Amino acid sequence: MNKLALLLLLAALALLPALVGEYYVNLGSQILIAVIFAASLNLLVGYAGLTSLGHAAYLGLSAYIAGWLALRMGMSHAFAAPITLLATTAIGGVFGWIALRASGLSFLMLTLALSQVVWGLAYRWTSVTNGDNGLSGLTRPAPFGIDLENSNAYYWFVLLITVAVMGVIGRLVHSPFGASLRGTKDQARRMSSMGYNVWGIRWCAFVGASFLGAVAGLLYVYFHKYVHPSVLSVTSSAEVLLSVIAGGAGTLAGPAVGAVLVVLLKNYASGYIERWNMLLGAVFVFIVLVMPHGIVPGVRGLLTRGKEGKR
Amino acid sequence: MNAALEIRGLKKSFGGIAVTQDVHLTMEPGERRLIIGPNGAGKTTLFGLIAGEIRPDAGSIRIFGQDVTRMTVPARARCGLSRTYQIITLFPQDTLAHNVVLGLLAVASLRHNPVTLLRRHTALHDRAVELLEGVGLGSKAMHRVADVSYGEQRRVELAIGLAQAPRLLLLDEPLAGLSQDERTVVQRLIAQVPRETAILMIEHDMDVALEFAEQITVLHYGKVLVEGDRKTVVEHPKTREIYLGH
Repeated sequence: MNKLALLLLLAALALLPALVGEYYVNLGSQILIAVIFAASLNLLVGYAGLTSLGHAAYLGLSAYIAGWLALRMGMSHAFAAPITLLATTAIGGVFGWIALRASGLSFLMLTLALSQVVWGLAYRWTSVTNGDNGLSGLTRPAPFGIDLENSNAYYWFVLLITVAVMGVIGRLVHSPFGASLRGTKDQARRMSSMGYNVWGIRWCAFVGASFLGAVAGLLYVYFHKYVHPSVLSVTSSAEVLLSVIAGGAGTLAGPAVGAVLVVLLKNYASGYIERWNMLLGAVFVFIVLVMPHGIVPGVRGLLTRGKEGKR
Repeated sequence: MNAALEIRGLKKSFGGIAVTQDVHLTMEPGERRLIIGPNGAGKTTLFGLIAGEIRPDAGSIRIFGQDVTRMTVPARARCGLSRTYQIITLFPQDTLAHNVVLGLLAVASLRHNPVTLLRRHTALHDRAVELLEGVGLGSKAMHRVADVSYGEQRRVELAIGLAQAPRLLLLDEPLAGLSQDERTVVQRLIAQVPRETAILMIEHDMDVALEFAEQITVLHYGKVLVEGDRKTVVEHPKTREIYLGH
């Protein structure tokens, strides 16, 4: 995407609250949170080649920790937010240390198992999590006196963080570390024999993905002001994985496109079809059949072929 | 001066089958040594043991005096060890230059940097192109690996190996699958490797291999059968027995 198109997209996104009603502004906030969440998983799936089916653990943990600190400990947002990010990232570090003992399918199963442990805790540790009732009564922060209870203000706040997160990921994957990370995906054995600490590189990516997942979790809990164990379910992990794969793993724009698709389908289709998950499944099968590498790489391929055809 | 490679009493078994049996081997700095032996002699296993990809059951390995027996694969690479693979192991969707840049980055502290853009480090790219020119592929530096011929990919393997400025280079059948013309090119490139680098090579093409080698080690069923200079090994009755059957 060239710079002009990127600036136009940013301008359109920034102007959205002036053009549409509150419902769509809130939908926009949800989409942007999903974009951050998908982009964080893309670090693992797309750039490190590590398919995780437990990424909801970091979004959920972050949401629960933030909620618990605010409601049970009476902590202000200024303290609760960094502690939440730090604690979730630290847990991600431990989970990564465990999951990266394995690779391939075993890695996927370990990430699933670890997220299910967290999900189980959210349901059963009622003294902390309030069980099936979830944690409610949360408030949004007011950084520099800006009240984020206002939908428009919150949308712009989320947009700002989304831009920052995408910028950080874009920079990271094109850095020397990013080149090492992509190398471990393609030829782990070769990278190791050249002198790269493949395990260490993957662990750093895992920790980074956990941190960004925690950022999404914090924004999620600020948006909904409520957190329920379902946020940690395997369905949540599968949905975000679907976003990454459908949009195009290993591309910056792919997971964002996938996240937009999944959130829109979820919000619109669920209004008309009771079993909207079936529709999501059908759309996913269609994408995989027509564009096996995802929407963004598929469209790029079509455009390239179109240009070559004209010559 | 410490030996480039010193192996003492190296043993490895897989499920009760001994594939490396009490191997002793010493290489001097800058030496060109060839490892030969019939299929299943344990040549590639020995390379795996030296590179650290396989853990030995017993014995020790020293590289330039440093005991690397318990070291990880990347730690050994940082001791000056570099290797190529029998089956080409490159990054097919990336350019030739990027493949070599990865080799250069591996031994630079810059590899940990998550902030600066890799393309801004032009010195790395220039050095990669220089190394590719050294193997006759400078003009194809920006081609994807998947788009160049098998013989050219073999040369990229060599360029990556040399990018790490190794003191000990392991070449696992570098001429495998090449046409006669390509063999000549790769053979010449190996001969041009500076003397600061000791080379241990596995090769089946005896004509080429014998021309390269100063010292030869014959492996048979995981044991060192014969060792010495070209003449000694070629004329040894045991070598003739396993290669010619008499």
